[in-house]
Amino acid sequence: MELILQNLDLLIFLILLVLGYLAGTLAEKRHYRSIIRREKALLKLPVVTAEGSFPVERIKNAELVCGSVVVSIDYFKRLLAILRNIFGGRVKSYESLVDRARREAILRMKEEANRRGAKMVINMRLETAAIGKNANRKKSIGSVEAIAYGTAVVLQKT
Amino acid sequence: MILTNVNTVPGKKIVEHFGIVQGSTVRAKHIGRDLMASLKNLVGGELKGYTELLQDSREEAMNRMAEQARQMGANAVVNIRFATSSVAQGAAELFAYGTAVRVE
Repeated sequence: MELILQNLDLLIFLILLVLGYLAGTLAEKRHYRSIIRREKALLKLPVVTAEGSFPVERIKNAELVCGSVVVSIDYFKRLLAILRNIFGGRVKSYESLVDRARREAILRMKEEANRRGAKMVINMRLETAAIGKNANRKKSIGSVEAIAYGTAVVLQKT
Repeated sequence: MILTNVNTVPGKKIVEHFGIVQGSTVRAKHIGRDLMASLKNLVGGELKGYTELLQDSREEAMNRMAEQARQMGANAVVNIRFATSSVAQGAAELFAYGTAVRVE
């Protein structure tokens, strides 16, 4: 009992580490599964970064759609990234974080375009920003925001 | 008001340019949400409170931009761009800008 009380700081740290690892891994796996499932469902709606040109009479209307998401990294992966900072190299834990954020943002934009009956999204742009409490600190990126926006084109039925 | 982020409004013709319009907003979440977000920071995953906050503020910024365009007599804003920056702890600035035009 005394040993626990003496090392309370260490104990809390370890508990947070294990909790972060377990919950974070679970959440990431679930998120990837849902992303892949929804990406498959929305395959028929193409998104391009180019400005397409359409014959004027075919277009019903065109409007801005956007999707955004804020994703944060778990405690365990943050520690991994800090360790990685010592040796340098690929920071895989952050790679998966931004990958998830961007794909989720694009998906949300596509879902909105789909709701409006669009056939295509043109001139898609992506934007990433670090927000939250740690945003102004150089050392650790707590959470990233990804925004995807583009112009949804609704075509006239022929 | 038609909003697009391409150079033209697809299917319509631009007849008049009015120049740049912009809208911005700085928002912070109340302390409870911040606390929840920092707890969520431990386990990772989506921070729904912040997502909502940013979505609301983006709409607000876009509304302000559209209002400015309307005052100029425009009926569309083309080439819209967004920018986000963190100005203070827990507060985010959302910024939207574009070109006001009249289309037919």
